[in-house]
Amino acid sequence: MKIKRRHFVFGGVAIVGGGLFGISAMQSHETARAAQLTAKAGESSFGTWIKIASDNTITMYSPHIDFGQGSHTALAQMLAEELDADWSKLRVEQALADSAFANTPLVAQFLTNSAQIPAMLSGLAESTFGMLARMKSIQITGGSTAIRFTGQHGMRVVGAATRQALVATAAARLGVPENELTTANSIVTHAKSGKSLTYGALAEEAAGRSLDTAPTLKARKDYKIIGTPTPRIDIPAKVNGSAQYGIDFHLPDMRVGTVMAAPIRGGKLESVDAAPAMAVAGVEKVIKLDDAVVVVASGYWAAHKGLLALSPKFTDGGHGDLTSASIFDSQSAVIKSGKPDNKGGSGDVDAAFGAQGAKLLEAEYRVPFLHQAMMEPFAMTGYHKDGKLDVWGGIQDPLGARDALATFAGLNTSDVTFHPMIMGGGFGRRFPPYSQIIEQIAKVAMQVPYPVKLIWSREEDVKQGAYRPQSMGQLKAAIGSDGKISGWRTNYAQFADAESETVFPYAVPATARNHFKYISNQVDAYWRSVNSTQHGFYNESFIDELAHLEGVDPYQFRRQHLKPGSRHLAVLDEVTKRANWSTPLPAGQARGIALVESFGTVCAHVVEASLKADGTPKVNKVYAVVDCGTTVNPRNGEAQVMGGIVMGLSTALSEAITIDKGAVVQSSFPDYPVLKLADAPQIDVHFIESDAHIGGLGEPGLPPAAPALCNALFALTGKRIRQLPIGTQVSA
Amino acid sequence: MTIQAQINGKPVTINAAADTPLLWVLREEIGLTGTKFGCGIAACGACSVHIDGEVMRSCSVAVGDVAGKSITTIEALGTEVAPHPLQVAWIAHEVPQCGYCQSGQLMAAAALLKKTPTPSDADIDAAMTNICRCGTYPRIRAAIHAVAQGAKA
Repeated sequence: MKIKRRHFVFGGVAIVGGGLFGISAMQSHETARAAQLTAKAGESSFGTWIKIASDNTITMYSPHIDFGQGSHTALAQMLAEELDADWSKLRVEQALADSAFANTPLVAQFLTNSAQIPAMLSGLAESTFGMLARMKSIQITGGSTAIRFTGQHGMRVVGAATRQALVATAAARLGVPENELTTANSIVTHAKSGKSLTYGALAEEAAGRSLDTAPTLKARKDYKIIGTPTPRIDIPAKVNGSAQYGIDFHLPDMRVGTVMAAPIRGGKLESVDAAPAMAVAGVEKVIKLDDAVVVVASGYWAAHKGLLALSPKFTDGGHGDLTSASIFDSQSAVIKSGKPDNKGGSGDVDAAFGAQGAKLLEAEYRVPFLHQAMMEPFAMTGYHKDGKLDVWGGIQDPLGARDALATFAGLNTSDVTFHPMIMGGGFGRRFPPYSQIIEQIAKVAMQVPYPVKLIWSREEDVKQGAYRPQSMGQLKAAIGSDGKISGWRTNYAQFADAESETVFPYAVPATARNHFKYISNQVDAYWRSVNSTQHGFYNESFIDELAHLEGVDPYQFRRQHLKPGSRHLAVLDEVTKRANWSTPLPAGQARGIALVESFGTVCAHVVEASLKADGTPKVNKVYAVVDCGTTVNPRNGEAQVMGGIVMGLSTALSEAITIDKGAVVQSSFPDYPVLKLADAPQIDVHFIESDAHIGGLGEPGLPPAAPALCNALFALTGKRIRQLPIGTQVSA
Repeated sequence: MTIQAQINGKPVTINAAADTPLLWVLREEIGLTGTKFGCGIAACGACSVHIDGEVMRSCSVAVGDVAGKSITTIEALGTEVAPHPLQVAWIAHEVPQCGYCQSGQLMAAAALLKKTPTPSDADIDAAMTNICRCGTYPRIRAAIHAVAQGAKA
């Protein structure tokens, strides 16, 4: 597959191909500014993201936010590996929300520089391009990009180049050839003379050298830190209450506010009588925003009580008739129109469907809006003083947040400082374009003379979400006389084109993927693994249906459509081996399988399911096999895959955001049930190390979970689930 | 009103409206932010603390009802020199991801082990009803079992 040269647009600036990988992306004028922002006396900066102090401590500035995915530790591992750094003296700090730390130039160069993208990476580049182009943000944590891009093409390259500069400096100082020097534990050693110099002693002089833009990276066989289970550096503070999340931030004299926005998205605040709230002890101010009302008080409880006392009137924005059913009806209609907005695929599917003797199958799948349900509701603190606005909180794109804050506050970006804090979950929810709290805190902070922390209630969090879109897929396929799929067509209705993010792994001569654009009043948002959830569900359910139609074992049927020697085949074979696929389970239990590639990682699950006494599904065990090329921190990688599986099963079993009269029906955990420990299965995760480009791990474990479970339930009960969540469909 | 109680072993005088949830007193008055706000309706467990040794969801306990009682929060589950065995196990098993729910998970697990030092899987299922959106449940279960096994040995 060939990548077309593309214009890559970020914040209105088109970046066109050209340039080099790695360091060159960071050796702009921003590098010097980054050094100014971070390095103090006795410290020297290398590239944008590291500094070495004379006492031999090394600090890495992560442009990514770690919200539990372990990227800070993994990025530090990648840096330390190439730098031969002393792990015990390596610290990680969160980079400021400043363009000096933006990671997009790196990603953008990688994606736009088509000449340098090996063919094997093309799918990866395509999928990430699609996501990033829509994000339009520049200091992002999302799309499983931290390790794939910043780590692979940033930290490793800077680490290796810095090591080279340190060695060159040591060679000059000792008067010996570079090739007689070795490095380990942040020390350069000359074995012949027994002399050694610490990195700290060399740093100041080495920092004066220009860094090699294409340093030699270590071969995998020489890795000492990459691939070695390494304790996550953020964990100790998370077991004793000391970790400070956005919601925990405190300033003297601070007030606390809480908010209620128009229940129907798109509605406006018409009127509100502030008096009932002002009568509540502790309430200080009622602030009207365009589409919301905010109560500011001495503390959360008073603000909450004040808000409950209000009877605000909101308009419905013209969406008062919308329901979940009407959304599906509109999606059916837009597909029926026959005029797709985007087309993908290759070959002549109509010819395949019309071929003599072709066996045809059609099925329609439906998925609901899904909520990220991050455990920490939105919370941000803002303080406007002397024309400057400071804001503290957790967001997946600090730089984007700063820009948005400036816009909403009517200030210059240079007068706004955003202080990134630890996030209690995110899963795609915390991107600036639909983190409404950014606009709210900016506008509220500009209206009060004191610091104010805005905290959303859980009800606000659920009702004002930015959901995985409700969507529909209508699939049709033909099986030829050779028993193989000859044509496959997916017509799908949702807001965004998913072509670039959806990898179809099967060898089918004719495919068509038609996107029919559908827009509701809800925000089209990111949700862990993005389009791979619904498209993974469509594809992996449908191929299962085709296997059963053809009377072939679902594993073998998939196998017949995968290229010999492919990563997909290796993953599928391994997962069935580990799950003893060919050995029947005891009566009352059944297995299902699914295979999805997303974010450059190939992942397959075998789910073992049975039914509870009430007839609802029980997931007993999940086997997962994952090929993400290289696993930087295997134990954390396992945790990411486990977490993705639990979240995927939770959504498949019971999660749905539904719309009635234009508004979200659900309000908190009782009616948006998230899977609990008792229903979490045993999970066996296995990684296949391959030569593939390093893939993401935060998301790829999720998409196969739902279809693998539904396929297991079909094997168990004969009931095919075509609409999620499963709920009581099996027991009914 | 004024309420006297013990928080993490120290006597404290609280000045708050009696209906204020203990959660907000801990977080905003006392400054103990390790106890988290998750839902406000006792559905998620992020705010779990011990009140006279029992695990309770502090978002749904009025501060007026804790007069004279002894409250323990995550900050006093263990100390830096003598961490609770569960805290040690949570680090060893790398349980937390985002970590937001883990204060509550640890408080719930500690209460379970106090009553049932070697819990079965069913005991853990019944006691550990706190929500973790990151899906750390398999490691929570493993870490609890590890502490129980250690206790037996």
